[in-house]
Amino acid sequence: MREMIVNELTQATQELSRGLAHILPRIIVLVIIGFVGWIVAYIIRVSLRSVLRLVKFDKLSENAGASQLLAKAGLPSATEVLSQFTFGVAWLGFLLLGVSVLGVFGLQEQIANFFLFLPRLFVALFILFVGLLGASFFSRAALLAAVNANLPSPRLLGTAIRSIIIVFVLSMVFEELGVAGETMLVAFGIAFGALMLGLALAFGIGGQGLAQRFLEKRLVRGKDDDGKRDELSPL
Amino acid sequence: MKKANTTDDSILTDELLRQLINVGEVDILIGLPTHNNAKTIGPIVATIQTGLLALFPRERAVIINADGGSQDGTPELVLNAAIDDGRGRSKVSALRTLPVISTQYASSPARGTALRSILAAAELLRARACMVVSPESTQIKTEWLTTLVRPVYAEEFDLVLPTYSRHRFDGMLLTNLLYPMTRALYGWRIREPYALDFAFSGRLGSQFLAQNPWQDETARSGSETYFTLNAIAGQARICQSFLGNREHVERGSSDLIPALRQTVGALFSSLGPHADLWNASTGSQSVPTTGPEVEFTLEPLRVNRKRLREMFSAGVAELESVFQAILSPATLDELRRIAQLEEALFRYPAELWVRTIYEFAAAYHKSVISRDHILQALAPLFRGRALTFLVENRSGSADEVENNVEALCLAFERGKPYLLELWNGRE
Repeated sequence: MREMIVNELTQATQELSRGLAHILPRIIVLVIIGFVGWIVAYIIRVSLRSVLRLVKFDKLSENAGASQLLAKAGLPSATEVLSQFTFGVAWLGFLLLGVSVLGVFGLQEQIANFFLFLPRLFVALFILFVGLLGASFFSRAALLAAVNANLPSPRLLGTAIRSIIIVFVLSMVFEELGVAGETMLVAFGIAFGALMLGLALAFGIGGQGLAQRFLEKRLVRGKDDDGKRDELSPL
Repeated sequence: MKKANTTDDSILTDELLRQLINVGEVDILIGLPTHNNAKTIGPIVATIQTGLLALFPRERAVIINADGGSQDGTPELVLNAAIDDGRGRSKVSALRTLPVISTQYASSPARGTALRSILAAAELLRARACMVVSPESTQIKTEWLTTLVRPVYAEEFDLVLPTYSRHRFDGMLLTNLLYPMTRALYGWRIREPYALDFAFSGRLGSQFLAQNPWQDETARSGSETYFTLNAIAGQARICQSFLGNREHVERGSSDLIPALRQTVGALFSSLGPHADLWNASTGSQSVPTTGPEVEFTLEPLRVNRKRLREMFSAGVAELESVFQAILSPATLDELRRIAQLEEALFRYPAELWVRTIYEFAAAYHKSVISRDHILQALAPLFRGRALTFLVENRSGSADEVENNVEALCLAFERGKPYLLELWNGRE
């Protein structure tokens, strides 16, 4: 009996030792990969921050309206957020690479999925940034054109254009991320359709006179004399 | 024909090249950029032909019409005028033929491309003197050829710019911005930096072509202003010639934005490449001028001041987010204050206008937002300044109007250190 207990204990100790001998080098590899990954991620962060400062990314982000969103959320500048985010993703990538070395059952597949998801995440971020930039540019263009044409409610027009573009961009971003793609598509379709229907009804029923005057001005020559009477030649 | 190294003939079509080679070298080239000018172009071509035959009978001359895809038969009218080439009208029998060439540079008008075609043709033909005439200059006289071409042809000037007799409220963008700012920055009192009727030497034309400014959108849309500013920066010999009355042209409010692009856009855009020049220049000096430097006519003119005031106030209120990116908080606060004033009390002071323009110029240089948006944002503010100019000079004599313009010019000169501070300051 005693011998059996000793044998079992010895066997368990040996198995534990074997397990430790099996896992310990892998943990050391994980730590080394994690450390190297941190250094690489840090270098990426510093380099990216320098490049973004060089190309005046903060100014671009300000023009896109992204900086204002970040400020409202109490976050640092766009350059800092993007470089920190890239650092985090890069280091996490290295850590997961290290974890995969441990050979934990079922984790390998999830890690592979994470690496497959990364390009889509960056594409989605790119779409979001360019979309915000476009929304800001086109809403400002509409605002300026409306002000200079003396149209009513120019700010409303600018905001409407910005909102439509942002909704459109968000639906693209979610589709790219594969998050509630169909829901977003349907929601966008309903919102856009409702907006267009609303505008058509408002313009058709509420603004018959305005529509008539607008079309007359556009299509009938010689009726657009208002501006000519009011202004002198600037040159 | 031997070509100069800088010849920019990429713009010239094969057919045009063939016609130009048939013409050979010339002494004088007259350029006519047109687009749907059938109503006015006939008499203008006739006047030019008569003038050339009468005033330059020994010189080899050519008229080049650069057309931007007219649909009203403008090029045909120019060429038909060539058949009846003015000999019947002129008492002097010409010693040479006077070729007229019409070319379509594009299917839509582009002033920069038209000027580029004329410059390229002038260089290819080795013209000594070139004159560009606006197709809207119905007041053209044969004497223009003497007043514009002679200084280049006989007196070695590089650029001859016009001065006109204008209505006191005509060309307010020139009197309130382009002239004072060009003068303050570049140091030359050039009354019409945006010239549509002007003459230049073949040398200056070749220099401009060699710089190949056509890649820049601003240079394409504001080519005439850009040409003048490049001549100043290149220290060309510039003079002015009085051309008489400039016909008042009624324009709609939609014309202001293209006008801003053609003039202010080109001026702002020129500041970057020529920063060393205008940073160093102080004060201003007059350029040699034949005839009066300026003349104002005073007949009454109906202008809707209420609309100008409303568009200014609406612009300041609606474009606040845009102005925050362009203007300093102090300037924006001041604009908000005057936008609240009643029409009778409304005044956009010269000092505030100067500060506004310099802040716009710095914002344009730093591209704080799209450069075209910066120019568009200036339109409502210009309307406010135009209203003040109208009110200040409503009952003034020609001398008083000129004194007010001079005071504004001095305000621009005094304010120049502020622009330097903005320009050279940290972003």
